[in-house]
Amino acid sequence: MPHTLYDKIWNDHLVHEQDDGTALLFVDRHLIHEVTSPQAFEGLRNSNRKVRQPSLTLAVADHNVPTTDRSKGISDQESKIQVETLEANCKEFGIKLFGMNDKRQGIVHVTGPEQGFTQPGTVIVCGDSHTATHGAFGSLAFGIGTSEVEHVLATQTLVQKKAKNFRINVNGKLPLGVTSKDVILQIIGKIGTAGGTGCVIEYAGDLIRSLSVEQRMTICNMTIEGGARAGLIEPDEKIFNYLKGRPMSPKGSTWDRAVEVWSNLNSDDGSHFDKEVSLTAEEIIPMVTWGTSPQDVITIEGKVPNPNTEKDLDKKSSIERSLKYMGLKPDTLAKDIKIDKVFIGSCTNGRIEDLREAAKILKNKKKASHVHAMVVPGSGLVKQQAEQEGLDKIFINSGFEWREPGCSMCLAMNADKLKPEERCASTSNRNFEGRQGRGGRTHLVSPGMAAAAAIAGNLDDVRKYQN
Amino acid sequence: MQKFISLKSIPTYLPIVNIDTDMIIPKQFLKTIKRTGLGKNLFFELRYDEKGKEISDFILNKKPFCNSNILITGKNFGCGSSREHAPWALLDFGITCIISSSYADIFYNNCFKNGILPIVLNEDKIKEISEYSNRKEEISVNLVDQKIIYGNNEISFEIDPFKKKCLLEGLDDIALSLEKSDKIKSFENKVKNQRPWIFND
Ligand code: SF4
Repeated sequence: MPHTLYDKIWNDHLVHEQDDGTALLFVDRHLIHEVTSPQAFEGLRNSNRKVRQPSLTLAVADHNVPTTDRSKGISDQESKIQVETLEANCKEFGIKLFGMNDKRQGIVHVTGPEQGFTQPGTVIVCGDSHTATHGAFGSLAFGIGTSEVEHVLATQTLVQKKAKNFRINVNGKLPLGVTSKDVILQIIGKIGTAGGTGCVIEYAGDLIRSLSVEQRMTICNMTIEGGARAGLIEPDEKIFNYLKGRPMSPKGSTWDRAVEVWSNLNSDDGSHFDKEVSLTAEEIIPMVTWGTSPQDVITIEGKVPNPNTEKDLDKKSSIERSLKYMGLKPDTLAKDIKIDKVFIGSCTNGRIEDLREAAKILKNKKKASHVHAMVVPGSGLVKQQAEQEGLDKIFINSGFEWREPGCSMCLAMNADKLKPEERCASTSNRNFEGRQGRGGRTHLVSPGMAAAAAIAGNLDDVRKYQN
Repeated sequence: MQKFISLKSIPTYLPIVNIDTDMIIPKQFLKTIKRTGLGKNLFFELRYDEKGKEISDFILNKKPFCNSNILITGKNFGCGSSREHAPWALLDFGITCIISSSYADIFYNNCFKNGILPIVLNEDKIKEISEYSNRKEEISVNLVDQKIIYGNNEISFEIDPFKKKCLLEGLDDIALSLEKSDKIKSFENKVKNQRPWIFND
């Protein structure tokens, strides 16, 4: 019987299956961070359990770390305790940790791939919903809760039920200035935030194949915003080349064996998908979100919806609620939305290619004077690379702040946050109420669009700024 | 884990769709290293104004709803971040049963790890039961029979048998999985043979 990529990885990791389909799945790679792990370690200690396979776990502090000068440590007491707790737990249980001052430190979903910890055909979990990012390598990667983190630490397995297969095909070529962020925003707009519930999405089609590894990560990253458990893409030469020589990648003859196995990771012809959706790349236009859910997307040429034209009462009241929170009038043109802040970073768009894309637009240009703008690289290594290429200078010359790596204003757990009613063009992944600070208003965009917004002082069409 | 067998309570109806986990418990409360004490900050931005004062017309600030153990709510409840702080906050507040037409996957799983029963009903039934909640009368939820009883009516609900068993018996699923240690061990050996790069230590 033909199998999908997801079926294959699933079958390869079955330790045990009950009659009702509940399965015990082996976990090859476990990433942990300071926010969702302390209670899991506490649970282990309380029941006298050990970490079964410390070498399959990698820890990074990211959510809560300051992005300004780190030489004085963390000033927020609670954040400090959380980061120190992670350090102590890793030490006690023998887990490798990239601490705050390690240059390999970064957002867990940037660090994993960068180190070669992320590999095709593996099951990867992390107490973080954006774990789907790693699916770009052809792995089954998904977010779990803290109790499940504890379960993985203790057993190196997870209790799971099989999800449905959902394939999204994108074919064609993207117009200039349109990026994978626009593709995924368009997909979420199309399927809705619950469109993928109960599914694992495979992204396929010639456009997806033509994307770079980092662009693929942006797509898989936001799978959770479409409600799916995981998103993945068939691994290919680009993936193998990306991984070759990374610190935790296989070496020597093992590398050759691995590539041989990885090359067979694909969905068989004729395999069954429970759901299928197709998009044409040529029709995709730079996207922005206008509301408080990632499905609230419009094109940069479009306008904010009008609740009076909505017949469905639930939808109507949700549009009204979002407009009120966002401080927007119905039918406002996207390009007329004035912004106060720009945030470039996060596990969606904080990698080197993202920074290059934004810098290309910003070169020899200044941000609008009323805009406060910052760049937070996804990891210490991304930062270093960007500095070698002189991107930091471009950002600084345009009036951006150049920060230390971390999650930063993507979730505003540290000091980087919006004030009430402040409006931000952000390359992150969530525009929920209060996500970037209480009362803060988020418009999700691509890095190029964020750069264009910084220059214009309002949301604007990046296609006008192609150097 | 605390068992869930049955429950009687006045339900609270929160008619918002796509309630995300940031809304259930905002990030400033994720800095804790404990599971308890989050209840007072449940739905923080809906419950308190900018000065930290209770917003009196928010339903969970009103009697009798502030003592409610059952939350009826709009579809796609618990979407967004995987934070288990969301069910911890609900539990700490006293909510052990949620009724909605759909949930986000991770949140749904997290509920079962914390003795919370998330019930799925279709939109029509949600409508019926939410209208009934205006009466401020108790309803009962019985997991053994998979029934919700309100007034003279009853509604049946579906639930995965294994998840039901875990809730009814308050099972520790790590202990259950550890009973399969031999199988895990032989699986690990197989991995070492077939994909040696996984254990690359
Ligand atoms: S960057 Fe944002 S979405 Fe990504 S892991 Fe950090 S907080 Fe989560």
